[in-house]
Amino acid sequence: MSLKGRDILSMRDLSRPEILEILKASRALIPVAEGRRPSRALEGRLLSLAFFEPSTRTRLSFETAAKRLGARTITIVDPAASSMAKGESLSDTVRMLSCYADLIVLRHPNEGASRLAAQLSDKPVINAGDGAGQHPTQTLLDLATMEERFQTLAGLRVVLMGDLRYGRTVHSLAHALGLFGSELTLSSPERLSLPEEVRRDLDQMGAKVTEQPDLEKALRGADVLYVTRIQKERFGDLAEYAKVSGSYRLDPALLRNMKEKFAVMHPLPRVAEIPPEVDRSPHAVYFRQAFLAVPVRMALLSLILTGRVPPGGGR
Amino acid sequence: MPVSKELRITPIRNGTVVDHIPSGLALEVLRILNVEALGRESTISVALHVRSQRMGWKDIVKVENMELSAPKANAIALIAPTATISIIRETKVREKHAVSLPERLVGILRCPNPNCITNQGEPVDSEFEVTRRRPLAVRCVYCERSVEDFVPLLTR
Repeated sequence: MSLKGRDILSMRDLSRPEILEILKASRALIPVAEGRRPSRALEGRLLSLAFFEPSTRTRLSFETAAKRLGARTITIVDPAASSMAKGESLSDTVRMLSCYADLIVLRHPNEGASRLAAQLSDKPVINAGDGAGQHPTQTLLDLATMEERFQTLAGLRVVLMGDLRYGRTVHSLAHALGLFGSELTLSSPERLSLPEEVRRDLDQMGAKVTEQPDLEKALRGADVLYVTRIQKERFGDLAEYAKVSGSYRLDPALLRNMKEKFAVMHPLPRVAEIPPEVDRSPHAVYFRQAFLAVPVRMALLSLILTGRVPPGGGR
Repeated sequence: MPVSKELRITPIRNGTVVDHIPSGLALEVLRILNVEALGRESTISVALHVRSQRMGWKDIVKVENMELSAPKANAIALIAPTATISIIRETKVREKHAVSLPERLVGILRCPNPNCITNQGEPVDSEFEVTRRRPLAVRCVYCERSVEDFVPLLTR
């Protein structure tokens, strides 16, 4: 089993052992990600970061990951300033990028864009989010955060809260947690509930899934609360948005009786769903989660480009 | 001697007979066959709501001077899994088989997700993989959208 030369397009493409291999490599790279140990493991490599949609965290963490390992990057950040604005197809842009760089990281507003890119590119493609579709590296860093906290992914009790319908991170996370035998509790307003097909996929995997719109009840016995942002743009009626988003705000009082290791996670950016008071709680791990984006993406770059992770994480 | 039900529509010398179409879907089959593209010399016969021992009621389509291509047969299999196809040459049935659905369907269905990359004018054929046979469900290889209602999505 090797990830060398592989595309990472969807969590469906990764097996359990492959996910665990990535998480293990990621742990080894934490000292490099923290800047405590220098690495030139990817020196001489050139990565293309093609971001056809706004992104802060994802782009910066890929760039950080590449640079911490000594790779260089070429970047498209503003499609309006690229030839896409002249009407060039994604297909042609990808063919060009695959001639220039050793690997393409693609964020694109259309679902399936990275699958198409991977078919056209001679070089590996990493999907950094395609429309409302897949965002596998986000799921991997979510898993890394849970694994670091609990030393295992098996049998965790995870509450998914907020926009479970349109939130792209939550679908592939649910799939991955299903692979590891987690118990999932879905806590969302009815109109933002998990799409039927994602639910069916979980049922087919034999995942244990329950619905509990009342967050207080949903949190009983939970290990993780995974909060997603309720997106304003999904609501035609702003009054309805205000009502729904107001009801899905994490009340800090709810955290008082949770288990010691209980973790509140959020893919960020957050708006009002987690009030700033929660940041000081020992349960708040969303900034650690944001940091782990770097070693996880370092691990992927390293495994895809060289098939291994440098011994001790650095060289 | 009872009149054969087959005689209710004209026998053809050369062409294709699609039989055992679920009742009501003959016009969709015609759409898949793209009969407009045939020459004016070809006869097209359609029988709607015909008694069938096997199915109760069925539709039949006969098209002269056309032998069915594999992609069209796949598209028929998608909406009419019970259909049988006979290829007629010089009034004799030369081939007869049930339709069968391949694992992957390329260029047959349009993805219902308007935001899918296959609907953006990129030079790419739609592609679906069969995820369940009974009842039939397929998933877009690109955006991973699942589809169970195929008729409105057939490409012309």
